[in-house]
Amino acid sequence: MSEQLWPLYEVFIRTRGGLSHRHAGSVHAADDQMALDHARDTYTRRNEGVSLWVVRSDRIVASDPAETASFFEPAEDKIYRHPTFYDIPDGVENL
Amino acid sequence: MTPEQTLTAYVLRLGDNALVLGQRMLELVAAYPELEEELANANFALDYIGQARMFYSYAGELEGAGRSEDDFAYFRPEHEFRNLLLVEQPNGHFGDTIVRQVLFDVYYLSLLEALTRCSDKRLADIAARAEKEVRYHLRHCAQWLVRLGDGTDESHRKAQQSLDELWRYTSEMFAADALDEAVLTSFNGPDLGEIAVEWQKDVSTIVEEATLSMPQEQHMASGGKQGKHTEYFGYLVAEMQSLPRTYPGATW
Repeated sequence: MSEQLWPLYEVFIRTRGGLSHRHAGSVHAADDQMALDHARDTYTRRNEGVSLWVVRSDRIVASDPAETASFFEPAEDKIYRHPTFYDIPDGVENL
Repeated sequence: MTPEQTLTAYVLRLGDNALVLGQRMLELVAAYPELEEELANANFALDYIGQARMFYSYAGELEGAGRSEDDFAYFRPEHEFRNLLLVEQPNGHFGDTIVRQVLFDVYYLSLLEALTRCSDKRLADIAARAEKEVRYHLRHCAQWLVRLGDGTDESHRKAQQSLDELWRYTSEMFAADALDEAVLTSFNGPDLGEIAVEWQKDVSTIVEEATLSMPQEQHMASGGKQGKHTEYFGYLVAEMQSLPRTYPGATW
């Protein structure tokens, strides 16, 4: 590896038309175009995708692990937010 | 030559270019400074080896003498290879490798595009498949040439030097010999005159974007198409063939 590391990029792949892009991993690259090439060569060698997104890891705004409690725990006891209180009418598929 | 013999010799030549360039790139496997580029290079090298296999298999069928792709790759002497001198040039430093790839890929892409329109269905199919691979290789390597040329003073100087030094192997690509002419007439093959014009245009666009200068007119080397190779080629062939010649019929 070179002494000065290239910036890290996160890689997202759309596996088929109609599906959403999913995080696949990360690559190092010196610029955006190179990141796209590296993502292609690293993550789509076995026909994994039809579309790629790359984004500089340091441009992602992430939640702070120290704030997990205030961020996520309040949702734990609010079961009424889950749509499980409805009776599904007969004959409805794909709901 | 009968049309079959013409096509056989021509397809073999295509196979030789792909195999020799692939072998050169394989020499760099495990030598790249970055993991992602390492993967890219190995992928690309195997693309060329894969193309060589398709060309050789087809040549073997056309010839009808029972020779396999391995016979063509591993059991022919140096002077029977008809690859261009450009593809056998050593990897040198990274800039040398990138310039070699760009100069060849621009030509090869045009050649493959033309071959997809040739009258031999099988050759057209192989060309169509290879064309997609080479289009990506060129994109990747041209980007690198721009980065090197438009990078630091040192990378600019080295890239210009690589371009100037490899330039002498480029005119051979467009010098049509009897075989090229025969494939053009009998099989609606590539017109090297047209490809030369496209090449000049495409290469100068990349060179300009890379802030480099087109090399000056100079003495041009040729001989690959006749089996007269540069001094580097014997070592490449020896290394490539050593295993199958030492252990004939060896399998995994």
